[in-house]
Formats: sequence, structure tokens, C-alpha cells
Amino acid sequence: MHMNKILLIIQREYITRVLKKSFWISSLLAPVLITAIYAIPIWLAMKDKEVKRVEILDLSGLWKKSDLVDKEVEFVFTSGKEQELKMSFASKGYDAFVSIPEDVLANPKGVHIYSAKNIGMSLKESVEKLIQNKVRQELLLKAGISSQIYESTQVDIDSKTITVSNDGKETRSSSGGAMILAGIMGMVLYVTLLLYGSQVMNGVIEEKSSRIIEVIISSVKPYQLLLGKIIGVGLVGLTQFLLWIVLTIGLTQITSKFYGEKVKNNITQIKKIDSGKQSTLSSKSEEESPMSEVTKVLESTNIPMIIAAFLFYFFVGYMLYSSLFAAIGSAVESATEAQQFTFIVMIPIILSFLMAQYTMQDPDSNIAFWASMIPFTSPINMMVRLPYGVPVWELILSMTLLVLGFLGCSWVSARIYRVGILMYGKKVTWKELGKWLFYKG
Amino acid sequence: MILSIRQVVKKYSDHLALDHIDLEIPRAKIFGLLGPNGAGKTSLIRIINQITAPDSGQIIFDGEPLSPKHVDQIGYLPEERGLYKKMKVGDQLLYLAQLKGMSKSEAISKLKDWFIRLDIKDWWNKPVDDLSKGMQQKTQFIATVVHEPKLLILDEPFSGFDPINANMLKDEILAIKERGTTILFSTHRMETVEELCDDIALINHSRVVLAGEKVEVQNRYKQNTFKIRYLGNLPIGLKGMEILSLNEQSATLKMDVGISSNQAISEIISHVDLLEFQEIIPSFNDIFIQVVKETNAYE
Repeated sequence: MHMNKILLIIQREYITRVLKKSFWISSLLAPVLITAIYAIPIWLAMKDKEVKRVEILDLSGLWKKSDLVDKEVEFVFTSGKEQELKMSFASKGYDAFVSIPEDVLANPKGVHIYSAKNIGMSLKESVEKLIQNKVRQELLLKAGISSQIYESTQVDIDSKTITVSNDGKETRSSSGGAMILAGIMGMVLYVTLLLYGSQVMNGVIEEKSSRIIEVIISSVKPYQLLLGKIIGVGLVGLTQFLLWIVLTIGLTQITSKFYGEKVKNNITQIKKIDSGKQSTLSSKSEEESPMSEVTKVLESTNIPMIIAAFLFYFFVGYMLYSSLFAAIGSAVESATEAQQFTFIVMIPIILSFLMAQYTMQDPDSNIAFWASMIPFTSPINMMVRLPYGVPVWELILSMTLLVLGFLGCSWVSARIYRVGILMYGKKVTWKELGKWLFYKG
Repeated sequence: MILSIRQVVKKYSDHLALDHIDLEIPRAKIFGLLGPNGAGKTSLIRIINQITAPDSGQIIFDGEPLSPKHVDQIGYLPEERGLYKKMKVGDQLLYLAQLKGMSKSEAISKLKDWFIRLDIKDWWNKPVDDLSKGMQQKTQFIATVVHEPKLLILDEPFSGFDPINANMLKDEILAIKERGTTILFSTHRMETVEELCDDIALINHSRVVLAGEKVEVQNRYKQNTFKIRYLGNLPIGLKGMEILSLNEQSATLKMDVGISSNQAISEIISHVDLLEFQEIIPSFNDIFIQVVKETNAYE
């Protein structure tokens, strides 16, 4: 019978919130923003990658067609007089005209770039780089250094970070990716703890100020109402996570498909360019993108464990904080009156978020360890540490302490709550609180 | 007895709210719980509703010690009452009825009966925000009675009702009593007490200072005074009675102890032509004020 009543309360709390417009707005807006953050740079990058055409007059005869290959610029050799060519390149449809003097090795500054409009930095840089490389190569050759030696000096350090566990098992790790994943999880926990905690508080204030509370608690025990409310709002939070994840994945998939062809073209173009050279431009560009770093971390870590831990820290952390928010809500009559008390609960949340910045820098420091153990700061800080790898005993200890912390806080909160909701400007004794505690219910 | 309250004590930090309260509330009667503000009425009602627990004492509900299983058999309309503003009337009542242990289908059919009965059929999908205060009062009343409780507790039920709705509420209360439900009223309005209540208890300064059947209490406080209307001249010295006031052709008399009304009438008619003889029954307003003053003076 009691279970049924709690289920009824959970149902009401859940349905009334999920039917609100604001829930759907925030559920839709976040994925759209995330997709935009992901898609806009791609869009901008592709927009820039429109190929420029450049006419080139090489009086030195050093350059071959194969020397002048660039993914953004198409070079066309020409011959004639510089004076005439610089007047006519624009009408022939070229973006720029480059003239290289005969004595370019002795006088590299004699290179001129003409353009109708101001040319972009990227075009100027690509032209200069191509000319500079060749000039350097020729000068080295003259000094007796072969082009093979020159190529072999073009090394690129891209170290792989690998974590080694006690049993000698090696996993490819990526501290950059771990940091991003940790940052995202810490941020999401920070926002949702505040968001849903204050939703619980506002729900309590609504029931008290609208005076429906006395009718409700003549039907159910205050702890049932409190528990139902906290679980109901928590489920709204989980629903929102689910919507965020599904919508974000869906939207990014659609965006990827939309850009798919263009991206593929781009990559093959890059590969074509690279094929002549030794460097691994295409694989490098993949590794440099933050999303692939996160993907790499996700591959190297135990995803079900991270998800399970995230849900655990969200739900238990949320229950701990929302019970405290509920206690504040029960003690006041209006949201404005609550403001003077909420900072007491918000300080530990904000503090954990600040500590998480240190934890991210040095996940195995003492500060990080204690921040991920103390129940008030552990939800955010342990989730930030997890992608870097945490010993199992620390995780279990932290979870146990969090559950104990939740039990302690909810014990205190429930007692403040059941008294507070009926108080319109009265004070009560500890003795009375104790008596209600042992009342058979 | 549907409810027996025995030696109930409730202390708050700064004062004693209930001081050894004893009350017997008979089945299928309307019981008026009277008293000035702060006398302890709300404290007692909250204890009966198991919202708070007494410090000591015992409460017997329908032959058993009061326990959480009884909450579904009690209906409570608090003085401070409200509704979820954003919820629709139908959904809200359905929720409150289910919280009182009704099944969904049972609650829907009972609620529909009430909507027809109170002529509010088209309210089901209205948000509470759109209702007037009187409409909200009707909704709250339905929430209190829909689960057909054995005991109905109404704290100042008429406050905020317009005269038409107040009459409707009165009729509904009497109809509910006819079905065997006990109604516990907490009120200041003495006209309601005189009109509706079968029994009363007066609480002042955390104690029961007066309790009993309405008629019996009134008899206890009558002063043996009568109002007469007559033709002729009433002489000053009437045997066995004292004239309290004398107007033209009418007077108020107080009979000496031991004089019956028949003796008084024969004395009066031996002097004048008696047109009307009426015993003055004290109003509850007078009794209330008198008792409160007496106990305050005693304190």
C-alpha cells in the first residue's frame, strides 16, 4: 500500500515535469548546441577549402609541376613578360600571379605575388612555403646535402602514451582525450546537480506556499512525499540525459551524412597530395581532432564501467544534494526567501567543480584523492578522475562513503522537512524532532 | 464512538498546545470543535490526522488505537488549503483520491458522480489556475470526501464560500451525515454550530472547558429567563420571579430557583392577559464568550 503511494507521487512528479515546455526546450537545445559546436568548424573549414588558382612565371626554371602541389592552391605555369602577365591574370580567372626571378637562390626576396584583391594569409603562406622549401632544398644540395638526407630530417614527434597495469597489460591512453571526457562529465554533473537539486527545492516550496502540503501529508507520510519527489525529479534528469545522448548522436549522424561526401572528397584529396611525400598528413589530422582523442579514450577504457559509475554518481550525488535542497525548501515560504539559504548547499557543489580543475591537472594528487572521497565533492571529482584510471579499491571506498553521506544527509533533511513543511513562523525543539523520528509509520 | 481522545498532551518548545485533552466523538453525528485562535484546535486536528504525534495520551479510532492504516478512512479539509495550480482539476482530484487508497477506476467513477452532483461537469480539463476561489473550494471539498471516509474533519469549511456555495456545502454535509459519516467541525462561526452541530466541545488555553450535546449544553447555560408579551398592567412584585426589564406590554423575567414554568404562568395570568411566553435559550455566541471569559479569569 505504501509502495503504491510512493509510485503515485513519483508518477505525478515525473509527468508534470516532462509535460512542461521548458523540459523539451532544454532537451532539444543542448543537442542542437553541441551539434553546432561540432558542425560549424567543419563547415567553416570546408568553406575555406575552395581551391585558389595561381598563375606562376618561373624564370629560374627550378620548379617542376610536381613541386607545386597544394590542397588549396592550383598552380599553372605560364611564360611571357611579367609586365603583361601581371595585368592580365585576373581577367584569365586567376586569383593571383607569382613571379620568380632568375636569381631566386641569391635573391629570394625577388619573388612577387600579385593579386586583384588582398590575398588571404593562407594563400600567401602556401605560396611562400612551396617556394621556400624548394629554395632551401636547392641551397642544401649546393652545400652537398642530398634531398634524401633533407627528407629524413623532416621528423615529426608524435608520442604515444601507454598505461601499463600491474599485470603488464598495456593500453593505449590519451591524456588529452581523458581530459576532455573528464571535463564533459564533470560539467554535466555540476550543471545537473544544481539544476535538479533546485527543482526539488522549488517543488517543495510550491507545495508549501500553495498550502496543498497539509492535504497531501494527511494521506501519505512526509518521507514518502519527499522520496517520491526526489526519485521523480531524478528520473526526469535521467530522461533528459537519455534525450541528450540520443538526440546528439542522431543530429551529429545527420550532420555527418550531410557533410559526408564533401569530407570524403577532402580526405582523398589530402591522400592524393600526400602520396608523393613521406609524411602522414591524413592520419595526423585525424589524431589531432579532439573527438577522435575522446573516441580513443573510450576505446581504451571500460565504457560500461564509466556509464555505470556516471549513473551511480549522478543519482546518489543528486539524492544527497536534493534532500538538502528539499530541507531548505521546507523551511521557507518562497523562492526569494530560499536564496539566503541555498548558498550553503551550493558552496560544496561549486567547490567540487573548482577542485575538479586541479583533479584534471593531476588526477593522482592528494587533493584529487580526497576530493574524490569526501561525499560532497566525490561525485564530480571521481567522475573527473575515472577516465585517467582509478584503482578499484578507491572507487569502492568512494562509492561507499557517498552512500553513507547520502544516508546521513537524508536522515537530517527528512527531519527538517517534516517539521518545516508545517511551520509558518514557528520553531521546534530537538526533542520533538527526535520524537517524530521514532513515531511508528 | 468513532473517536476517543484520552489524556492527549502536546508540547511545543515555548508552550503547551494540548493539556490532557479528553473527548468522545459519537458516530454519525456532527461534532463542533470550538475555541479562540491559538486554543489548540489545529494541534488536535493534526494529531487525529497523524500529521504529528502526541507527546502522551491515546487515540482510539473505530475501536482500535489510531494507526497509519486509518488515514484512508479520514477525510481532511485543512484551514490552510490549496491545490497544485498547474494541474488540471480532474487529474488533481484523481491523484488525491488515489493517495487515499482508491483504485483509479473507482476514483474516476466516484469523481464523475461528484462532478454531476455539484454541476461542474465541464471542469475536468480546466487547470486550477483558471478557477475562481469558490470553484477551488468546491474542488477541495470533493477531494476531502470522494474516498467516503468514516470521519470527515473540516477546519473552517465555510471561509471563502459565497452564500450560495455555503448553502450547497451545508446540504452536502447533512447528506454525508445521513450516510453514517461522522463530521468533526472546527469553527468560529457560532451560527453554523447552532444550525448543524449535534455535539460541541469548547477548547480554551489548551484545555477542554466545555463539552456535551448541543441541547444539553444550552440547557446548562440557560438562566431561567423568559420573555413575555401581555395586555394590562404588570405589578412590580410578582411572586417567585424578578423583572429584569420592563417595556410597554412586554417584559423579561427571571424565575427564582425551584419555580416551574407552570407556576410562573399562573402567577402572571392572575395579573395580566398573557399573549406570549418564551424561554430565553442562550446563544452559543453568549455561551462561548461567557465560558472563555470565565476560564481566562480563572487562569
